[in-house]
Amino acid sequence: MSERNGSEIAWNRRRILAAAATGIVGSTVAGRASAETLADVPAREPGADLGALSARSKYVQIGRIPEAGPGRRNVDPADAINSKAPLQKLIGAITPSDLHYERSHAGAPDLDPSKHRLLVHGMVRKQLVFSVEDLKAMPAVSRTIFLECTGNGWENWKKADGNLTVQNTHGLVSTSEWTGVPLKFILGLVEKEAASTWMLAEGGDAAAVARSIPLTQEIVDEAIVAYGQNGEPIRPAHGFPIRLILPGMEGNLNIKWLRRLKFGEQPWMTRWETARYTQLLANGKARQFQLRMETNSVITQPSGTMQIKPGYNRISGLAWSGHGKIARVEISTDGAESWQDAQLNLPALPKAQTRFQMDWIWDGKPTKIVSRSIDDKGNVQPDRDSFIAKMGTNALFHYNAQQTWSIDQAGRVQNVLS
Amino acid sequence: MSCRRKVLLSGAAVFALVSSAVASEFGRPATPNEIALWDIDVRPDGKGLPQGAGTVARGKDVFSENCAACHGDNGVGGIKDRLAGGQGTLASAMPVKTVGSFWPYATTLFDYIHRAMPYQAPGSLSVDDTYAVAAYILSLNGILPPDGKLDSHSLPDIRMPNRDGFIPEPEFSNGSK
Repeated sequence: MSERNGSEIAWNRRRILAAAATGIVGSTVAGRASAETLADVPAREPGADLGALSARSKYVQIGRIPEAGPGRRNVDPADAINSKAPLQKLIGAITPSDLHYERSHAGAPDLDPSKHRLLVHGMVRKQLVFSVEDLKAMPAVSRTIFLECTGNGWENWKKADGNLTVQNTHGLVSTSEWTGVPLKFILGLVEKEAASTWMLAEGGDAAAVARSIPLTQEIVDEAIVAYGQNGEPIRPAHGFPIRLILPGMEGNLNIKWLRRLKFGEQPWMTRWETARYTQLLANGKARQFQLRMETNSVITQPSGTMQIKPGYNRISGLAWSGHGKIARVEISTDGAESWQDAQLNLPALPKAQTRFQMDWIWDGKPTKIVSRSIDDKGNVQPDRDSFIAKMGTNALFHYNAQQTWSIDQAGRVQNVLS
Repeated sequence: MSCRRKVLLSGAAVFALVSSAVASEFGRPATPNEIALWDIDVRPDGKGLPQGAGTVARGKDVFSENCAACHGDNGVGGIKDRLAGGQGTLASAMPVKTVGSFWPYATTLFDYIHRAMPYQAPGSLSVDDTYAVAAYILSLNGILPPDGKLDSHSLPDIRMPNRDGFIPEPEFSNGSK
């Protein structure tokens, strides 16, 4: 074989790999035209003028999808209660702010920061009012943190609809860098009384969403009154001008449009922590103040409604835990019979999403792929059967069972329970 | 600025900064009158309930004008949350969670209506009408009689059917009742 033929073969192999990759991510690109030789690649030409904002490429189609409750998809945005992040099209571990999942209880209010105030009162020696400028002048911290809606995964409690994407099943989790004032600094300013063990956080939205927050050492040490997200002021959908960030805790506890912190010695038992975000068990009792988001992971490529080809495939996904760092992710490509370690894209940050990946040669036979994560506290993401045995099928919130995707002979990927 | 950067190295150092004169640079004292404007929360022991009263009969009218469009004529069959019935279903395959079957505290009902309802105009009901509509919703669930009424003293004394239906997470149950 001549040297020329050898390089042609290598080139063809690269093309095959590229084609395989296209099969996985091709849905993000519209109107792909092939360039068979370099002569087909369009000539260089002067580009667009400079502008105030840089938009996405017109070749990239990516967006969130507004949905209502479980099974209520493709709804009018006016009827939606959340908007899910396109996990199957995201790259790396950070979620762009405009693609960060959104959940609100009375829409995103239009708040003028010059008129917004934070009242801190109750069991404190100094009851104080802060402006947004006051908060921005205080010492600040930044942390990369995942937020997850308490209802993430709720499509799969009772049954698995085969034609769901990972955006439908797991799109209520996102990761941003959040910047703001450590809650601890504000506690010092107001001189919180030692006897106060609970804090009510309330939003400035129409529903005035309010949650009682237990002042554990972990929460006091890690909570942030944030005004920045991914290097810019927090966007209105995510709490502009200020919101609470409680790393590792359920999404709705991270009160958006924050306007009041009140200190007391018992929980207030608001609607959201009694009637709403509690988990009904099979025996009719409900778990309450199950605040921490559990050890979780999902394969995003390939995932529901995609189609793969036999041969080389790269499996990739996201893992996260409200307990700490992701220590390990294992992948099974034979329906949870055997497991292999996935590679983690480092650094794996505590209470942030971590990207994982693994090479896989698919032999073309029907199979099932599934991931499970393990965090640095030793928590293992449960398989579905043991998870349901513990939580029943009525809990609605805090679903973190392993996600299985089935692959049929044609390479079609479908959502299944296990 | 370099001085500030140093104190950011640890949470403890941030905390220590506060005890210095810097504390006076941030915020201003809140006055009792302005706190009263925002201090709307109500606890299970009734702390935070404003003075006022309302009857089931008045509540029926308030409900029909402000609530029935979303929640149905009798708190059932509307496009939004069902408010009545469902008692005895929580351990079934199709649990029906309503105020009567699921909510553990009647004080939460007042707090929620007062802060968040009606959806299009939260806070628009008077205090008396809020007691009245809470009384009506409790009557739909058989918790108050048709000639019943509610005020700041009687509301916290109501024992909801599912009062003992919750298991607080041990890690976060410090001080919860």
